[in-house]
Amino acid sequence: MNLDILSDILLAIMGGAIRVGTPFLFVSLGECITEKSGRINLGLEGVLVFSAMAGFAGSLWSGLPWVGVLVASLAGAFLGALHGILCSLPRVNDIAVGIGLMLLGTGLAFYFGKPLIQPQAAQLSNISLGFWSDSSKVVQALNINPLFPVGVSLALSLNWAFKNTRWGLNLRMVGDSATAALAIGASVAKERILSTCYGGLIAGIGGASLSLYYPGSWNEGLSSGQGLMAVALVIYARWNPLNCLYAALVFGGAGAIGPALQSVGFSKGYNLFNAIPYALTLLILILTCAPNRTIKGSPSELSVAK
Amino acid sequence: MKFFWISLFEGVLLPLSSVLAGLLLFGIFAAFGGFDPLKVWTLLFMGAFGDAFSLQNSLQRAAPLILTALCVAIPAQAGLIVIGGEGALAVGGLACATLPYLFTLPGGVIGSFCVLLASVFAGAAWIALVGVLRQYRGVNETISSLLMGYIAINLFKFLVEDVLKDPLSLNKPSTRPLEGSIQIGNILDFDVHWGLVWGIMLCLISFVWLYLSTNGFATRLVGGNSRAAKLVGIPVNRLTIMACALGGGCAGLAGGIQVAAVHTAANASLIEGLGYTGILVSFVARHQPLAILPVAILLGGFAAAGSMLQRHLSMPDASVQVLLGFVLVITLASEAARGRLGLLIQTRAVKP
Repeated sequence: MNLDILSDILLAIMGGAIRVGTPFLFVSLGECITEKSGRINLGLEGVLVFSAMAGFAGSLWSGLPWVGVLVASLAGAFLGALHGILCSLPRVNDIAVGIGLMLLGTGLAFYFGKPLIQPQAAQLSNISLGFWSDSSKVVQALNINPLFPVGVSLALSLNWAFKNTRWGLNLRMVGDSATAALAIGASVAKERILSTCYGGLIAGIGGASLSLYYPGSWNEGLSSGQGLMAVALVIYARWNPLNCLYAALVFGGAGAIGPALQSVGFSKGYNLFNAIPYALTLLILILTCAPNRTIKGSPSELSVAK
Repeated sequence: MKFFWISLFEGVLLPLSSVLAGLLLFGIFAAFGGFDPLKVWTLLFMGAFGDAFSLQNSLQRAAPLILTALCVAIPAQAGLIVIGGEGALAVGGLACATLPYLFTLPGGVIGSFCVLLASVFAGAAWIALVGVLRQYRGVNETISSLLMGYIAINLFKFLVEDVLKDPLSLNKPSTRPLEGSIQIGNILDFDVHWGLVWGIMLCLISFVWLYLSTNGFATRLVGGNSRAAKLVGIPVNRLTIMACALGGGCAGLAGGIQVAAVHTAANASLIEGLGYTGILVSFVARHQPLAILPVAILLGGFAAAGSMLQRHLSMPDASVQVLLGFVLVITLASEAARGRLGLLIQTRAVKP
């Protein structure tokens, strides 16, 4: 009997790892690109909320969830470009602008999202990988988010592109030494603006995953710090897209512990379980960071890693 | 001396024009939504400062904002961007409401003093931890403070809704209300509680400490260049952590005051984003304790006027959030214009 409950919880956590982890994956991949170019965008929290709203609206008005995904990513790219351009002005601090965008993005999302709280938009449909099993719980856990495979292939191709394409090399050069980039005539500002814009675009897909798959509706409490945790997660992943994938799954799993325990009727201390992902992020930061030395693999132009 | 006046002029002019630009942009934004911008602006100012009632309401709202802004400003003077004021506020409010569970408190002023002291210490310890992590483990303080903010909020909800819940608070889980004599009342006959006085006092004290004391000078030196400060033998770690603790103490006090003067018990209404608005106030005030006072009253007033926009024009309740977001982003971008004015005047003076 106890074993049954335990396996139920484990199964729910594993299913939840993909369900909850998908937004983490997209945001951390987006942030990974931005940070590789030597800038940090803390505003991805705002991007996530704003694009979740935009994606929901896009799906509601077109009736097609994938149009919603497109709208969400464009909305994310817009905010990302704003961050990139503002930070290219002299003496403007990227962390501070990130905080500004976090507040502005959520404000705009709540403003435009007011009429979207009631209606139900067309949702992305599951991909069922559990057809081989006759246990309904396994089938349930293996109904995966269609955006998850997109994210996995994105992680794989980014990992390849950083090392093997002209774009990736340029990006890493700008992030590792702006002076070297200037010396060979690359435009540092342009490269960084573009990479922040791409970062927002990809994070926007994560927002669509929130409003169009899980939890699958628009409300003002949709994201509480996921965007920010993803930023911390990139540090843990050592700026490597593949590690971002593993990290996103771990964090998704941690985020699914609360709901999983609740589903088996364990509701006491629900809020305490909600704190687990944040505590885990903090713990990982404490363990991976160290004073007086930069973290291995960090872009040397990055202010957080300095 | 001339440079002092130029920089003061610039220091006032830049944030002021940023706020005006934010208002202008918000007006255009509202016009696109089909609202009359003139009406929006009038309502914002009438709702904030139009009559005695709304002025008192604005001041009431400004009180906690001053304190949470200090939580950003004081560490910023030591070179840290700490944005976890919301967490320190929650912890402070919790400490204030929990103290009567642990001890029998004397009533009256001494009791209020005890609960407020508890909230100061709780907030100070919470943000000091952020400083410790940054100095000894190299953890980025912006991220860690925000994460600790979320942890604090969840911890707060857990304790208030599960452990400390007053069985009498049925539809809104709360702790047991503070005893009447411990609660903080209003200043004389005004509709503003004593928290405002605390805020003003702490702003003045921070100013004196930062600008007129050796210790504060050393702290600002750490903020300017921590490596140079270390070279001349300034205890960088101690000062940084102290700045964090002082800032956290202010935010904790904000939580304590909100509980003791407004909500009378710790419950979810305490978590209303005062910490986040405090970030905004501090950035617009350029982390200057004295500038925080007028900025907090202005932005607190706009926040108070938000309900007017909702009632009279039926704009969404997040309108003010959009306005404040515009103001913050423009203020940050206006840093690019800093130093240009001095250059302009200087070159003019040189020319015959």
